[in-house]
Amino acid sequence: MPGRTMFQKIWDDHVLADLGDSFYLLHIDRHIMHDLGGPGGILSVEQRGLRIRNPELTFATADHAISTAKGRAGTSGVGVRLLEGLRTGTRSAGIRLFDIGEPVQGIVHVIGPELGLTLPGALLVCGDSHTCTHGGIGAMAFGIGTTEVTHVLATQTLVQPQPKTMRVHLEGDMAVGVTAKDLMLHVIGAIGVGGGSGYAVEYAGSAIRNMSIEERLTICNLSIELGAKIGMIAPDEKTFAYLKGRKFAPAGELWDRAIAYWRALPSDADAEFDHEVEIQVDNVAPHVTWGTSPEQVLPVDGMIPDTATLADAGKREAAAAALKYMGLQPGRPIIGTPVDWVFIGSCANSRISDLRSAAKVARGRKVASTVRAWVVPGSESVKRQAEAEGLDHVFRDAGFEWREPGCSMCVAANGETVPSGQRSVSTSNRNFVGRQGPGARTHLASPAMAAAAAIAGHIADVRKFEELT
Amino acid sequence: MKPFGVLTATAAPFLRDNIDTDIIIRIERLVGLMGHADLGHWCFELLRYLPDGSENPDFILNQEPYRQSEVLLAGANFGCGSSREGAVWAMMGMGLKAVLAPSFGQIFYNNCFQNGLLPIVLPRTSIEEIISELRPDSGGTSVTVDLERQFVVSPGGREYTFETPPLRRQALLDGVEADDLSLTLKREAEIAAFQARDRWRRPWIYESVEVLS
Ligand code: SF4
Repeated sequence: MPGRTMFQKIWDDHVLADLGDSFYLLHIDRHIMHDLGGPGGILSVEQRGLRIRNPELTFATADHAISTAKGRAGTSGVGVRLLEGLRTGTRSAGIRLFDIGEPVQGIVHVIGPELGLTLPGALLVCGDSHTCTHGGIGAMAFGIGTTEVTHVLATQTLVQPQPKTMRVHLEGDMAVGVTAKDLMLHVIGAIGVGGGSGYAVEYAGSAIRNMSIEERLTICNLSIELGAKIGMIAPDEKTFAYLKGRKFAPAGELWDRAIAYWRALPSDADAEFDHEVEIQVDNVAPHVTWGTSPEQVLPVDGMIPDTATLADAGKREAAAAALKYMGLQPGRPIIGTPVDWVFIGSCANSRISDLRSAAKVARGRKVASTVRAWVVPGSESVKRQAEAEGLDHVFRDAGFEWREPGCSMCVAANGETVPSGQRSVSTSNRNFVGRQGPGARTHLASPAMAAAAAIAGHIADVRKFEELT
Repeated sequence: MKPFGVLTATAAPFLRDNIDTDIIIRIERLVGLMGHADLGHWCFELLRYLPDGSENPDFILNQEPYRQSEVLLAGANFGCGSSREGAVWAMMGMGLKAVLAPSFGQIFYNNCFQNGLLPIVLPRTSIEEIISELRPDSGGTSVTVDLERQFVVSPGGREYTFETPPLRRQALLDGVEADDLSLTLKREAEIAAFQARDRWRRPWIYESVEVLS
C-alpha cells in the first residue's frame, strides 16, 4: 500500500461517517466567524430551534464591514447593525468574540494563526473563501457557505465530498525583489484559476521549505484563486517555533503530545497524488495582473497581451472584456501605466513581514502627488508591532495613510472603495470586476511592488529601486 | 427547498469563463440584509445595468426571449471566488434553476445544492453544441433537464447525460426533508462518541481553548 498524503491523514482523522460516493461527515475542530456571516449564522440556528453545539470551538471577530478609519469613523449603518448582531449573538451563544478595540482583533485569516487557533492537522472552516490561508500552518482549512455555517454551528460537523489531491513543487531560490505573492501569481498564471478546481493542493519543494510562516500563509491564501478550496504546507520546525507560546496554542504536556502528532503529518515519501506540478522559481520576476481574473497576470517587465491571439473561445471573450474594463491597450508594456490608488493590506499581504517589505521601499521617499495610498494592517497585533518598529512613521512620512485593522478596500463592503474608472495597485487577492468598488480597476501585486507604484505614480518594477537587498 | 422535478425552460448562452461570485452579486447588496428573493434584482448587476441604472441592452439576460431564462449555459469555472451563498440566492431570485458549465467553483457548487439550484457539469463542446442549436427568433430556445434520469435535451432534441453526486441528487429530488442538517442531527450519538474518542487522541484540540477564560 502506498503511503498517505498529508491531506489524507488529516481527512481520515476527521471522518465521523462515510456517507458513500466519496461524501463524508467530518468533524470540525475550529470555526471562525466574521461580522458579515456571523450574525445570520447564529440567527439561523436559533430559527431552526437548535442550539449551538460547541460554542467553545467557534470564534468570532469583526473585519469585513467595519471602517478602518481612525476611531472606526464612517462604519455604515448596516456595518454597525452587523457588529451589534455579532455582539448579541456571540454573547447569548457563549462564543468568544474579538471585538474592535480589543488587542487581538483583525482579519479572520490573520488572527487565526496569530492566536494559535490555527493548528497543524486541525480542520478549520470559516464562511469565507480565503480560509485556505490557514493551510500555511499545516491545517486543513476551507471556506464554506451560509447553510454550511449553520450546519457547523448546530452539529460541529460538515458534509463534504472528498477532493482529489495535487502537489505543486516550487523548487529553487526566489530572486531579489520577488516574494511569495509574485510566486503564487505566477503559479496561477501557469495553472489557471480553474486549474486547482476539485483538488486539495499541497505546496512543497525547496522554495516552500525556505519560506517563513508568513510567506507560506500568503501562498496558501491564494489557493482559492487557483480554484482549490484547500491549500496546505507540511508543518516543520519553523511552524512549531511560530506557534509556541501563542495564546490558544497547546502548552506544557499538551504541547509535547501535539508536536508528536504534528511530526507525523507530512506526506509520506511514497504518497501518491492525483496530479503533480513542478515549477522552477529562480527566474520568476515580480508579477502584476493586467485583467479581471488573477490568472490574467504577467511579469512586470512584460507586455499587455493581445487577446485576439488566444485560441480558447471562453478565454478570448473573457480577456477582451477584461482589457476593455481595465482600459488597457494590448501590446504595450504594463510598466508606466498610471495609478490613482495603492492599497497595502488584506489577508493575502497585511502581516508584519509584508509591511516591512513595503516600508523598505517607502522609506525616505514620497508617494506621487497623483496617488492616494493606504496601509491597512491585518490585525491589532500587526499594527502594534509595526508601530513599535516605527513603520507607521515611515509610511506616514512618505504620504501613506496608516489605518486601523480590517478588510477595508479588499472587498469594499464598507464604502472603502476605489472610485469608478480609477486604477489601483492592490496587495489583495482579487482583481474581479467591481471588487474594489463599481468600475474600479485593480492590479494585484506584492507589498513591495505596491509601494513602488505609489512612489512612482505608475506601475513600476520594484527591482529598479535600491536598498532592496 | 422544493423538490426538483423535470425542468423544461429557456436556456441563455453565457459562455464567458471564470464568472466569479462578485459578478453574480456585489458584496454591498449582501451587506444590505435583503431578503433572498429581493437579491434577484441585483443578480449580475454590473453586467445587467448601465451606470445610470438602466438596463444594459447588450447583456443576454436583458434580451428576448432570454429574459425568461431558467437555465444558464455557462463557461468554465462558473461561480469561482468568494464563498458568498448570496450568489445562489440572487440567481434563484431572478428565476434561474439550473446552470450548465464545464466546471464550477467548488464552494459555489456546494452552495447550489444547499438551495436547490442545479449545477450540471457538461463538456464545453456539449455546451457549445447546445448553444449552436438555440433559435431565439423562432422560439427554439428551450432545453429539458431531467435530474432523475440525469440527462439534458437540447433544443434540437439531442441528449446529453450528466452526473450529479448521488447524495446531492437525492436531496434535490426529495426536497426539504433531506437537507444535510436534518440528516446530521440524527447522528448526535455518533458525534458525541467521536468527540469522546478524539479528546483522548488529540486533547489539545479541545483543552487548549477551554483552559482560558
Ligand atoms: S481581506 Fe479580503 S479576502 Fe481577506 S477575508 Fe477580508 S475581504 Fe476576504
